[in-house]
Amino acid sequence: MTPTLAEEGLTIPDAPSEPGEFERSLRATRESGRKLLVAYVTGGLHDEWPDVVRAVADAGADAIEIGIPFSDPVMDGPIIQEASELALRDGASPVTVLDTLRTIDAGVPLAVMTYYNLAFHMGHERFASLMYEAGVRAAILPDLPLEEVGPWATAADPAGIETVMLAAPTAPDERLPRVVARSRGFVYAVGLLGVTGERDALAESSLVIARRLKAITDKPVLVGVGVSNGQQAAEVSQVADGCVIGSALMRRVVEGEGPAGAGAFIAEVRAALDES
Amino acid sequence: MSLPEPSSSGRFGEFGGRYVPETLVPACQELEAAFREAWADQSFRDELDGLLADYAGRPSPITECHRLSAELGVRVLLKREDLNHTGSHKINNVLGQALLAKRMGKTRLVAETGAGQHGVASATAAALMGMECKVFMGEVDMERQALNVFRMRLLGAEVVPAMSGSRTLKDAVNEAMRDWVATVENTHYCLGSVMGPHPYPWMVREFHTVIGKESREQCAKLLDNEIPDVVTACVGGGSNAIGIFSGFADTTAELVGVEPAGGAAVGRGVPGVVHGMKSYLMQDEFGQVQEAHSISAGLDYPGVGPEHSHLSSIGRARYEQVTDDEVIAAFQLLSRTEGIIPALEPAHALAWISRDRAKLAGKTVLLNMSGRGDKDVGQMMEILG
Repeated sequence: MTPTLAEEGLTIPDAPSEPGEFERSLRATRESGRKLLVAYVTGGLHDEWPDVVRAVADAGADAIEIGIPFSDPVMDGPIIQEASELALRDGASPVTVLDTLRTIDAGVPLAVMTYYNLAFHMGHERFASLMYEAGVRAAILPDLPLEEVGPWATAADPAGIETVMLAAPTAPDERLPRVVARSRGFVYAVGLLGVTGERDALAESSLVIARRLKAITDKPVLVGVGVSNGQQAAEVSQVADGCVIGSALMRRVVEGEGPAGAGAFIAEVRAALDES
Repeated sequence: MSLPEPSSSGRFGEFGGRYVPETLVPACQELEAAFREAWADQSFRDELDGLLADYAGRPSPITECHRLSAELGVRVLLKREDLNHTGSHKINNVLGQALLAKRMGKTRLVAETGAGQHGVASATAAALMGMECKVFMGEVDMERQALNVFRMRLLGAEVVPAMSGSRTLKDAVNEAMRDWVATVENTHYCLGSVMGPHPYPWMVREFHTVIGKESREQCAKLLDNEIPDVVTACVGGGSNAIGIFSGFADTTAELVGVEPAGGAAVGRGVPGVVHGMKSYLMQDEFGQVQEAHSISAGLDYPGVGPEHSHLSSIGRARYEQVTDDEVIAAFQLLSRTEGIIPALEPAHALAWISRDRAKLAGKTVLLNMSGRGDKDVGQMMEILG
């Protein structure tokens, strides 16, 4: 007899019925008429990374995703792979990144984006509480799809960590509502078939997935993966509530533009969003 | 079949599952449904059996090693997967997956490879069936296995170096998964071992159960209806091992997997999640995956298929470790005593028999000779001078 999901300890708890701190903040910003901009920064990349976080917050990011580097980032393209590898070489770990994060007063909500094994290895409860103590209120685990999220969510929900689910262009119509229902913080719309990275033009699929999601939820819908500059951010935010910018920002950091360059880029994207 | 199906969530006990990016979930679900349907369809089975017989050269024989047995004091039987077309057991799985991919309307295969055997097999199946094929191979492995790189290209495949991380098999899997995330609509990921997200560990096992099934029948004849005392095979991801174990899981035969000391996921790992599965995994104190180090590119992998983790945890199989030096000695031993040059991977299993020959004295051991050594001759020439 094949065991049930409950017997396997995989029951997926319903998402909290009310938005948490992270989502409330994004909703409030959206209601003020502003498009949402979330910036991704690889934690532990060079000593200057806390300054990069502060700079992008000051430049107009509405929330920041802190990447905790993992050895095998399968959802990431070359730039974030390189940023992760460099950070790991500098000695970054979940503990060092979260410890440093406590000292950064960015003034905007913080999420962690990392891969599931780091949470699994440390233990779900401990990982969730360490994140919370470091000021993090949301988690994005791109290799933890709906069917596997149960054990993590069971620990994260009561710890005050909102688990952001990814919604992909490949999801059939019957699947999307289930993904959306389990998501808190925002819904991460994957803009294209592919891994993170810059693209010359905005993929048509990013508008399609944003439209499909906006039709079924009032949770903030942000498009990430392949949103590369202010113009693309503005274009996708005609449909979505906003976007996530990662590789385009981290390329500038990897190339040595420092906090100033990172801030200038985010300011540029912010301006494009505000003008649109 | 004597090894059970995984649970509906794709688990063998606590191991397995489907830890993939959301983009790939529907593809894994479709693949599971397509495999389940094809595997129950006699016409699919007949077509695959036809290819295995007329193209791959099955059944592979069992060779009794008289001189080796005399030298070790252990009766050693070899299941000769090295005699298959393309030189290893990998062809069993690849023909199955390529047929299935065609049935699903996919026109392109993407694969990872370590030593190149799975890459060569994938390129072969793609050539046979008129499909496109792209193979990711660690940059380090491309140097170690330059001949196989040439073979794949000759067969019409594109070979792309994996440049990240340890630049070996682990990173080739990452690159193949990244490619699949971007191309999932027309592409089948032809995964080369009993690892990855559900349904791969189960599906790849099923395509290799032919090894165990044949061995069981051949042993019955050879051993006068007795079964071997021990069945052994090398374990990287563990596909050849699970294939031969499957024929003996319901017997009293002891099942022994042999891992390289530098890539011993079962022996030295703890449960972790990477490459779509929960399994034993070599990792550091924070859960970062460690790089494996083995003389054999095919076993240079820090994880292991989830069913092996399960078989180990329930005590049905046990896992031994051997060093590179022991493998080099075994490679020479089999060549000298039997006129069979083994691949470095199955030489691991022989290295264990040789080291533990006192404990195994008088026993009958069936070893899965998963591949031939042609690909390793250049590397061994350098090592042995």
